[in-house]
Amino acid sequence: MNGAPPVAASGLLFNSAPLHALVLGLVVVSLCMGVAAWSIWYERKFAARMQNRPGPTEVGPWGLLQPIADGLKMLQKEDIVPAAVDRPLFELAPLLVVVASLGTLAVIPWGDGLVIADLHIGVLFALALSSLMLLPVWMAGWASNNKYALLGGMRAIAQGVSYEIPLLLAATVPIVLAGSFRLGDIVEAQAGLRWFALWPPGPGAVAFVLFFMASLAEANRIPFDIPEAESELVAGVTVEYTGMKFGMFYLAEYLHTLIASAIAATLFLGGWDMGPLGAGVHWMVLKTLVLFAVIFWIRWSWLRLRADQLMALSWRWLVPLGLVLVMASATWVVLA
Amino acid sequence: MRMPLDLLLPSWPDPHLDLGEYDPEADLVALNMGPQHPSTHGVLRVKLYLDGETVVKAVPYVGYLHRGVEKLCEKLTYVQITPIVDKNDYVSPMMNEWAVNAAFEALLGVEPPPRAQYMRTIFAEIQRIASHLISIGTWGLDMGGAIGGGATVFLYCLRERELILDLFEEVTGCRFHYNTHTVGGMRHDLPAGWDKRAKAVLDRISARTWEYERFLLDNPICRQRAEGIAVVDPTLAMELGVSGPILRASGVDYDMRRDAPYGAYGDIDIQVPVRTEGDALARALVRIAEMRESARIASTLLDGVPEGPIGALKPVKLHGAVKLKDGEEGYAAIESPRGELGTYVVAARERRGAASPYRLKIRSPSYHAISLLPWLCPGHTLSDVVVIIGSIDPIMGEVDR
Repeated sequence: MNGAPPVAASGLLFNSAPLHALVLGLVVVSLCMGVAAWSIWYERKFAARMQNRPGPTEVGPWGLLQPIADGLKMLQKEDIVPAAVDRPLFELAPLLVVVASLGTLAVIPWGDGLVIADLHIGVLFALALSSLMLLPVWMAGWASNNKYALLGGMRAIAQGVSYEIPLLLAATVPIVLAGSFRLGDIVEAQAGLRWFALWPPGPGAVAFVLFFMASLAEANRIPFDIPEAESELVAGVTVEYTGMKFGMFYLAEYLHTLIASAIAATLFLGGWDMGPLGAGVHWMVLKTLVLFAVIFWIRWSWLRLRADQLMALSWRWLVPLGLVLVMASATWVVLA
Repeated sequence: MRMPLDLLLPSWPDPHLDLGEYDPEADLVALNMGPQHPSTHGVLRVKLYLDGETVVKAVPYVGYLHRGVEKLCEKLTYVQITPIVDKNDYVSPMMNEWAVNAAFEALLGVEPPPRAQYMRTIFAEIQRIASHLISIGTWGLDMGGAIGGGATVFLYCLRERELILDLFEEVTGCRFHYNTHTVGGMRHDLPAGWDKRAKAVLDRISARTWEYERFLLDNPICRQRAEGIAVVDPTLAMELGVSGPILRASGVDYDMRRDAPYGAYGDIDIQVPVRTEGDALARALVRIAEMRESARIASTLLDGVPEGPIGALKPVKLHGAVKLKDGEEGYAAIESPRGELGTYVVAARERRGAASPYRLKIRSPSYHAISLLPWLCPGHTLSDVVVIIGSIDPIMGEVDR
């Protein structure tokens, strides 16, 4: 972390920055893994309610222990490695995909100073790591030695490259408005409910929607989930994975969605700050979970786009829109 | 466009030869889609030659669900055949039962009593709704995935289908493979008050068909996925023997219920929905319009179910009691949800007075529909292939028999 600014002294849990990072890191990572696991229960209940059925009910009260049962089942499964796979890449991909999605957690500020590593290029770090997820996905697609997986991997690369650009352009709007790459500064710039999603009227709201859409594409959620597209590619890149290795892809997908919601909440919805209602971790968690639920809502009500339509949407509409937004926000900053 | 009686055979380009003209340097990927694939509606296998994601050539293979039903029928008596053919088109079992029994009755010269005719027609129309619900729902699964919006559409469709299964369960005791048709009539009479309950269900369903129509027409993603995809040429379709909603979505106004009335269809005026676009969306819209029309037909017929016996023959005690004349042969067809479902039957030749057919052949509409695939798929992407298969709605149990 060369060149990183000193951690905001007021927010340190302990007197030493490494200890602070270690303890907070452990807490945040385990909490997020837990939330990601339970979000599977939440999503199943949510989807069931949309579809006139009760969802999980058997394991624990209201099926609350379902994620534990799912995890235990995954662990018990035989780990089948097909003979023709590229073994090192095949084994490494599920690990990397989880590591890449967890890495993003380092820069997300959950409260004032409550951040594992307060990088002065926090936004760039988060976006870079989230696009790093493409690499293990492509590794899995290639190493599986399966045509469906290969097609899924190629789609993931094409989609990732296409949606990275609108994602970055949309993230540029709060950066320009706040004048900083630090996520903490961006939150502070939105103090007093002057959320970038609302203020300046116009570009902020559009940038929020654009960022949210591109995040959905980055996290492979419907309507942008073509890399796994189970009705076409069976299971896409994960088709040859069994047991916990498949479980890790699954976990990484949920983590990625959760983290994308957290970043969107930080950049556009004022993060931990809630104006007159005070500030605190709970507001950040609440905003993240609301966005998370919106992603579920979209997932269970929309169909999937076709790969070429997806690319056309990005290059024809979202990228030009992103450029216009950046220019509009820059003009706003110069004039205001 | 009306169905011409004498079909001239224009020379259609053979899709199987197209690959020969394709650039041999091109790096094609041969992808076996199926028989184990979530979107091939059972065990259809399509061998796709892909250039990137674009399909260059598609060859469907059938036979993975072959159970030898036709051969088995040669060993079974005429009465025993009904529950076996139930499993052919497992999405609309009532239709299979009616198709074979109609053939036996034609050969036997038996006319079912009017009450049985009305019951058959009502059951067939209600079954058509259930079958089209599955068709629309699984098409949603193909486009939206089993974990996503597609599953929501599917479960909404199953919600209505459940009501229909409840109705059939009340009459026959079975929810799925009913075994209620028999030679010369029906085995189970309508329970008291069934007509009122059936009409309530039909009203509810026809009031809800707009949900599916809006889902297709007002959903930009669905329109993008389905509009202009896999346009079926009406002449090619007729040449391949395709019938049913696929043909009607391509502008051919042909429906056996109206053009060759059987059962109680002669007593009622049938509006046949026809669209001219011929694409995947048109096929789904025709199915939805048919659902609405079927609900209307069934409710109208429910008002006029005549009293009387439900079977022309004495109730069969011995399953070998029904016998056809030696060596006679004949064909009868009905309009199933997927098109013309026919049965060709040859009565025993050597074994005089045998109670089982010498040969029984089922003409299944899905088999003919699948032969469209080599023409429909090339030029579309891999994602479109699942939309195409879903829109022609094949039932592999009926294809392979």
